[in-house]
Amino acid sequence: MADVKDVDWDAVMADSRFQSLRRKKTIFLWVLMVFSMTYYFVLPLGAAYFPHVFQIKIWGVLNVGLLFALSQFVVAWAVAFCYERRASGQFDVLAKEIVVAFHQQEPRR
Amino acid sequence: MRASRAWSSVILCVISVLVALMPNVALADATVIGGEWRALTLTVFAAVIGLTIYVTYRSASHVKSAADFYAASGSISGLQNGWAIAGDYLSAASFLGIAGLIALNGYDGFMYSVGFLVAYVTVLLVIAEPCRNIGQYTLADILAYRNDPKLSRIFGALSVITVSTFYLTAQMVGGGVLVKTLIGIDYEVSVIAVGVLMLGYVIFGGMVATTWVQIIKATLLVIASIVLVMLVWVPYGFSLPDFMADVVGDPKVQARVAALLGDSSTVMTPSELGQRFLEPGLLYKMPVDQISLAMALVFGTAGLPHILMRFFTVHDAQQARKSVLWAMAIIGGFYVLTLILGFGAAHLVGPAAISAVDAGGNMAAPLLAQYLGGGRDSFWGNFMLAFVSAVAFATIVAVVAGLVLAAASAMAHDLYVGVLRAGRQVSSGQQVAAARVATLIVGAMAILIGIAAKGQNVAVLVGLAFAVAASANFPCILLTLYWRRANTAGMVAGMVVGTLVAVGLTLVSPNLTYPLQKIAAANKVLDAEQAKRTAIEAVLQNPWPQSESLIVKARAEQVALDKAIRLAQADIKKYEGQSRSFMGLKEPLISLKNPGVISIPAGFLAAILASLWIRDERARAKWSELYVRQNTGMGISKSVSH
Repeated sequence: MADVKDVDWDAVMADSRFQSLRRKKTIFLWVLMVFSMTYYFVLPLGAAYFPHVFQIKIWGVLNVGLLFALSQFVVAWAVAFCYERRASGQFDVLAKEIVVAFHQQEPRR
Repeated sequence: MRASRAWSSVILCVISVLVALMPNVALADATVIGGEWRALTLTVFAAVIGLTIYVTYRSASHVKSAADFYAASGSISGLQNGWAIAGDYLSAASFLGIAGLIALNGYDGFMYSVGFLVAYVTVLLVIAEPCRNIGQYTLADILAYRNDPKLSRIFGALSVITVSTFYLTAQMVGGGVLVKTLIGIDYEVSVIAVGVLMLGYVIFGGMVATTWVQIIKATLLVIASIVLVMLVWVPYGFSLPDFMADVVGDPKVQARVAALLGDSSTVMTPSELGQRFLEPGLLYKMPVDQISLAMALVFGTAGLPHILMRFFTVHDAQQARKSVLWAMAIIGGFYVLTLILGFGAAHLVGPAAISAVDAGGNMAAPLLAQYLGGGRDSFWGNFMLAFVSAVAFATIVAVVAGLVLAAASAMAHDLYVGVLRAGRQVSSGQQVAAARVATLIVGAMAILIGIAAKGQNVAVLVGLAFAVAASANFPCILLTLYWRRANTAGMVAGMVVGTLVAVGLTLVSPNLTYPLQKIAAANKVLDAEQAKRTAIEAVLQNPWPQSESLIVKARAEQVALDKAIRLAQADIKKYEGQSRSFMGLKEPLISLKNPGVISIPAGFLAAILASLWIRDERARAKWSELYVRQNTGMGISKSVSH
């Protein structure tokens, strides 16, 4: 296996496979990040500005606020699960292809 | 095996000091554990500590190189690291503190705990894998990849040491108070015991031992919580609405809400008061404070050096990802359990009884354990209390060990090897020696600060650690990893501005103690006493009692009033003759309690503007290499094999 020092990083950067990985990953991470942060910050914002909504009882004495706070756990886990599926199923595979392709090349001097 | 022999003598010393102090402790202030149960308590403590020592003993002989000491040579598996991250994160503050916050303030306490899990979404998505791909042992390794190595190491290390010291001081002081409250050992002795044990783990066992101590402690913590939750919840057939109905129907909870709301509660019925416990606003009154705190939590975790360091202990990015997933499962599960623990403690023990032992509510979980085991005079009650206390003690030791290792690595790896002896060959043996010396320095410092800060208000320091991590470390790491134009100037500006704004705003915030305000508030309570007493008496003495609920409320008000008067009198005595805060201010300059909402954008802005303003050829030239490596992990094996 070639030494990392010999890898032409600019060439990898310009490679279409790497650009495709970069595009897919960037979009996916932005979507997940914006979604999870929005969902989370609705909790303190809602508690502060819409307490009357949080007070509505839904299930026995359990109100919107409590169930919404509990749903935060489910959503955080779901985001993590979603990311894991995509990362192991797609990003890892693409990254491995790139690593193999560039390590097989003759070291450039 | 020389190390292990030295190690066992250290342990013998600690245990004999503890034993020697035991007979005296019965004379100390009232503690949670009764005098006749000391032997039992000591046995449980010895068993838990013994287990962690055995593991350190086993791992001590494996620590030969710097990679072993700082990163366990990448030998930790994703599952193990997940437990260790949970162990690092579930500090005494979150384990005992959150259960207490829920028990005393209901909904707001639970809402607070949500941020601790969501923080790991940030870590998982943008931090864990790139850091593993780029870094070696420390936070500064990541910054130094593109930016000027010397400046990166100096600023990175200073920031790591700052954040760790804030967090460390809070842990040492909190831990000392906790151990004193629980088993009555003197504050100074417990600070020294925590320090010496921790130094033993870190110096002899390095990262391997620290990791295992975290794993053991996290496992015990989860087991203890599950047992308590089972005991609370089984009678309700695991029905959340039934359990909560009992909580809101509890007069102790209703009295607490009445006390928190003060005058505005007079028009509320008992069932309304109980229901109010499940609604927001009992603890956090200012919306901007909640949002600021939430920001510091979800972005600060990704910049905590002792958490970042954990990603260097696994083999590759896939294992780093797996670590975070396990950590999220464990931490999230734990905080769901604290919902039952906190509300269970409020219902079964009662907020008044909890805050009587510790005003911050830290004793909620231990007191719940004692109650569930059979009460103050039963064997199982005291056994469970001793177990929870021992786990809390192990928690403090373990978290302190992680923090000291992070600070020591910044000192030895970044400042000594990377800056002072830059460019010269430092052998692996010398590196380990430097790391051990740095550990000793940081550890001794932690003990001294812990003793010096006795009785100080340190709760603000945990918030400050998160705020600095979120405002300085997080922007610098994020921009270095993801932004093409980020460079040395931006990194330095982000670190300096983020830290100064966060610390500066905290120093002029209402978190510090302002004697004039305290005295004024106390006088107000005393002035209003007579009118309130008359009103309460009128209800109680009424020859034609109106309703049962009014009388219950009046009694609760009476208790709350008595307590408020006592506190007010104590405050007046304590602050007499003082007029200025630690910063020499008569009153806070800002009303914001957590600086995050200002300092996080300030850190980002400084880093971005300085990067755009000043050119840096190295950072530009290294961008392709860094970006390809952080995404693909190319050449990652170089980081672990030496």
